[in-house]
Amino acid sequence: MTEVLALLILLTVIAAIITVLTTNLLYAVISVGAVGFLLAIAYLFLAAPDVAIVQIGVEVVSLVILIRATLGREVQQLKTVHAVVGVSFAVAFVAVIGLFGIQVFNQFPEFGIPVMERFADSPALVFLQTGLATTGAPNMVTAVLLDFRAWDTLGEATVLFCAALGAVAVLRRNARINPHKSEDESS
Amino acid sequence: MSGSRKLRDRGTGMGMTVKTVTRWLKGPILLFGIYLVLYGHVTPGGGFGGGVVIASAFILITLTSGELAGLSIFSKGAASRLDSVGLLIFLILGWLGTWWASGYFFENFISTSETAYHSVLSGGTMPIGNLALGLKVASALFLVFTVLSAFQIAGRAIDGLTDPEEQQREDKS
Repeated sequence: MTEVLALLILLTVIAAIITVLTTNLLYAVISVGAVGFLLAIAYLFLAAPDVAIVQIGVEVVSLVILIRATLGREVQQLKTVHAVVGVSFAVAFVAVIGLFGIQVFNQFPEFGIPVMERFADSPALVFLQTGLATTGAPNMVTAVLLDFRAWDTLGEATVLFCAALGAVAVLRRNARINPHKSEDESS
Repeated sequence: MSGSRKLRDRGTGMGMTVKTVTRWLKGPILLFGIYLVLYGHVTPGGGFGGGVVIASAFILITLTSGELAGLSIFSKGAASRLDSVGLLIFLILGWLGTWWASGYFFENFISTSETAYHSVLSGGTMPIGNLALGLKVASALFLVFTVLSAFQIAGRAIDGLTDPEEQQREDKS
């Protein structure tokens, strides 16, 4: 179980590295898709089907959009010039973030042991014990999303709304012509 | 180069095999998305995942039978309106908790009896919220896809079937 998960995450990391290193735009898009689908399988192994459904759906849609945006134009062979300064900055950042990450991971609970087993009054345990009685929904993920933490969902929906609004506003084809300007100025 | 030219052609779409398979598949995909939205509080799923699946059904139609066929089923105006309506329903649902039930924001003001557990009509306000979110996510994703793929097809009219001014400009150049 843990070995399968480790293998999946190793493959995910390899696909992510290929995404960064490849010079072909289409190969990069395909390996981004591989990252997403491997993550979805990992979520299934971690017994989180809700997250896996969303991950697969969003991955399919975004991959289709990316492939469509890539296929239409001449695929450029990116010529990467690795400047010494940039690479050293990147390595330094990765080292600093890695140091902080090791510190954080040391404080994590052991893998497979949820927080609610360590703290008796953790919110997760309260939700699981009283969730069905207080909300009437057996799926606790939706109960948290739409009842206990509905504020978060409202924020998430607003973010998606703003993203769609921004895409429509920025990528519109017909700009509104200012009626006060003359024909010569507007053209 | 011929492949990319074919992709640019918004009217025709893909070949007959793909279109036939899409005709069989679009119903089950749509049904699965609606199931995920309606049963989101009972089984894994929910408004977000179900909305994405519904949007992917419309995206499939758009990809296989061309942009005009996709937009004739689900136009850009309808998508942007449904997007706003979905968010508005969700907001009103939260506001009803404070105003009508005189509790707190997003209070679950519809109580569920114990006999109704594990059925569709349980969970209080949750099915309504799931429906609103599903509507919102499906139309927003389809809208983003339409706008992005229309942006990709440069030099062609998007909003209408044909834009006469655009056509003239293209003819001159």
